[in-house]
Amino acid sequence: MAKKLDLRRFPGFLPLTFLCLFLLYAPLIIVMVYSFNDSNSITNWGGLSLRWYVEVFTGVESEKFKSAAINSISIAIMAAIISTSIATLAATAMLKAGNFRGKSVGFALINLPLMVPEIVTAVATLIFFSAIGFTTGYLTILVAHIVFCIPFAYLPIAARMQGIEDVYEQAAMDLYATRFQTFRLILLPLMTPGIISGFLLAFIISLDDFIITNFVKGAGIETLPTAIFGSVKQGIKPNIMAISTLLLLVSVVFVTLSYLVGRMGQNKKVTTD
Amino acid sequence: MAGGLPKSSESNTSTYAGLGALLMLPSWVMIGFFLVLPVGLMLVYSFLTKEFRGGVIWEFSLAAYDQFFFDRGLFGDDPPVIEWTYIKIFWRSIWQAGLATFFCLIIGFPTAWFIATRTGANKSIWLFLITIPYWVNLLIRTISMKFLIRDNGPLNEWLLSLGIISDPIHMINTNFAVQLGLFYSYLPFMVLPIYASVERYNFAFSEAAADLYASRLTTLRHIILPFVKPGIIAGCILVFVPSLGAFLAPDLLGGAKNFMIGSLIEEQFKGNAGNWPFGAAVSMILLSMVLVVLTFYARQQSKGGVR
Amino acid sequence: MTEIAVDVVNMTKRYGNFVALSNVSLSILDNEFFTLLGPSGCGKTTLLRAIAGFEDISEGAIKLYGEDIADLPPNKRPVNTVFQQYALFPHMDVTANVMFGLLQLGQDQATAGARAAEVLDMVQLTEFADRLPSQLSGGQQQRVALARALAPKPKVLLLDEPLSALDLKLRQAVRQELQQIQQDTGITFIFVTHDQEEALTMSDRIAVIADGEVQQVGPAREIYEAPVNKFVADFIGETNLIDVAVSDVMNGNATCTLPGGAQFTCPAAIGAVAGNGHLSVRPERVSLVKPKDGLLQGSTVRQTYLGTDMHVDVRLKDGEILTVRLQNSEGTDIPEQGALVGLNFETGAARLLVD
Repeated sequence: MAKKLDLRRFPGFLPLTFLCLFLLYAPLIIVMVYSFNDSNSITNWGGLSLRWYVEVFTGVESEKFKSAAINSISIAIMAAIISTSIATLAATAMLKAGNFRGKSVGFALINLPLMVPEIVTAVATLIFFSAIGFTTGYLTILVAHIVFCIPFAYLPIAARMQGIEDVYEQAAMDLYATRFQTFRLILLPLMTPGIISGFLLAFIISLDDFIITNFVKGAGIETLPTAIFGSVKQGIKPNIMAISTLLLLVSVVFVTLSYLVGRMGQNKKVTTD
Repeated sequence: MAGGLPKSSESNTSTYAGLGALLMLPSWVMIGFFLVLPVGLMLVYSFLTKEFRGGVIWEFSLAAYDQFFFDRGLFGDDPPVIEWTYIKIFWRSIWQAGLATFFCLIIGFPTAWFIATRTGANKSIWLFLITIPYWVNLLIRTISMKFLIRDNGPLNEWLLSLGIISDPIHMINTNFAVQLGLFYSYLPFMVLPIYASVERYNFAFSEAAADLYASRLTTLRHIILPFVKPGIIAGCILVFVPSLGAFLAPDLLGGAKNFMIGSLIEEQFKGNAGNWPFGAAVSMILLSMVLVVLTFYARQQSKGGVR
Repeated sequence: MTEIAVDVVNMTKRYGNFVALSNVSLSILDNEFFTLLGPSGCGKTTLLRAIAGFEDISEGAIKLYGEDIADLPPNKRPVNTVFQQYALFPHMDVTANVMFGLLQLGQDQATAGARAAEVLDMVQLTEFADRLPSQLSGGQQQRVALARALAPKPKVLLLDEPLSALDLKLRQAVRQELQQIQQDTGITFIFVTHDQEEALTMSDRIAVIADGEVQQVGPAREIYEAPVNKFVADFIGETNLIDVAVSDVMNGNATCTLPGGAQFTCPAAIGAVAGNGHLSVRPERVSLVKPKDGLLQGSTVRQTYLGTDMHVDVRLKDGEILTVRLQNSEGTDIPEQGALVGLNFETGAARLLVD
């Protein structure tokens, strides 16, 4: 039998895909491997060891990294909670409130943080805070993070809400629910997977941010990325590789979580067909 | 749906009709107050006089733009001569960002295509693999790249031990390293939007084309590419725009010789040597360039019928 | 006199320049099974949604037992809806779905639970009470939707093509069930459908709607046998429309000239006038006779076998084609293809329509 022509297949695409994955993963994997290097020099391989992980938690720089980690995580949690709440309200307005004045401008505003280059946002925010005499520090970082997390939280929430047909709210209102009850009892539960995805995305975006934080943090406060950047400027040390590996694992855990939440959402279909 | 000619979402009785503006208010306030207003203020700052030790004096001045474009100043005694230093930095940034976009497309399109044409669980796994690096901290990825390509890094060691080279290749602090870093940073941004549009592609079109005697390449050129063009353009924008203003890759991989816009701006706000009005002006010029690109994109999107 | 449950008075609904419903007036009686029948896009669903409160109306009034409800939001209207695709809340089990309206009305868990059990029993779903909607078949989902809408004992139940998602067999069974439930509960039903058979078999009265206007309101028999205009005659069942010249309309009777010259007198719809018009004659009311005995003459052009019946198409001299329905029984004489035949019908079988 003659081989059936597969129109989906193009010769060479498979090797290119492998090349793509190789390029994306090779540096990460090498850093992970070298983080277990027992040698003092980052170049020579001296056998397997966990000494650099011990160093991260107990070494000279451990205090600095610990407080940076606490800042990073607490800022990421708060920024994610606030931006997710704001994005949920905005998605409700955009998709469930019909037409209103300022709708298209509002939509553009929500997406603005995605369009302005990060470094420009950083400069503008720094100038703004300094002009109004706001002392740079923890709070300025938090405010800046909330702003640029909004569009990232908005995307999955709006995508989810788009799949919820109006007929569910109409059924609830037909059964005597007020608009607020309809939101609480129908919309919110149906949107949950989107809201969780939005939260996770906002969290990781805040945790990862370097450029804006670097501009608006002021002296005396560090987040993990700025602390790591500061150390790397003096050269890559093995403990940096250990920290990087840990952060990498956090990211992987989060992608996996968000992937699973997304799957959960797909299984519970909300469309009526 | 019988009888329901207008879609209910277009009706004037949406569930939260009348509350739209109220629900949008928090996002408007946050973004308006902490992004739009600051960008406006940045524009103002670019026309102020610099103060040594950072900051500004509230006095109108064109010095920042003058410094950017002209040697010795437009208002000096000598005739103005165009200053090439900063324009060259911009040119290098555009060139680097464009090249990174090109390489990302070359690798990203086949990858996106390949993933989108997998079936069932296979597809989710491939997609998952591509998404992970997208979520990994950019700083860490850039550091990883720096570690890998150092003169005595693993890549050189490996090439030496295989006997492919006899002396380490010097890659760090070159334009090549910056290019590699940009490409590596933004590659996932190219794959995902293209993937999304290939997903929507109906292979019955390919079958129809093949049925009408089109070769595989003809089908790719005349049927598939026009269909997935919006995804390709979106991917190119998502790589080009952040590459243009990138800071980490040029700073960590390029060193002092291979300055790009990002580093130029950053320098103006760090320490006492900074020049805030000049930094604001450079940021404004960068922002204007990005707006031009985005306007072009919006035009393309509204023109393209296939969605 | 029976009370009026829903009174739609001179109602108009516009979307921008598009008029979805134009000056509609309808009185739906208490305890009535009332059907809104019409083709896709005719405005029947818009009318139902306006009564439910999902569409604002542009002009006119909607009264529920005398009270104007046009400005009330849906959650303040004592009417409930069975939605076309059911709209069962996917994250709640069957009981929670049925209890939803009761809880919103302020009933306590125990009272609402008891009522939910009662209604689920009525629709024979007691054993599925703990299931999620996604674990039910289409027919079961339809019953849950019905139970959910009935539980709060609405004054009027609105049904938006509730049977369209079911397969044919199930649809026929559910029709009888719905009628039974309507009679048992005594609740006024307003039922929207595009399926004429559904409308004819279930309803006390039918409103035929087309192009945003009410064409005719009446019991099934009246709609079928005495259609007022061309649209109704054509939309409900099959009919032959014969071009005639009307010389006179008097006392509800029209005198007209058939194609071929025969004079004929038959009942006329209200509003029919002299001039050129159309007679409607149902295919089963036409009989085939010898050419010289017929009111009309023509030759057969096609025979279509339909199981119990046979359709014979006859082309008149002027080219018009009429259909005759013959029962397939042993004695039936089926003319040969191309044979010359006469067509006859009684005066009561024909009706002059308003164009």
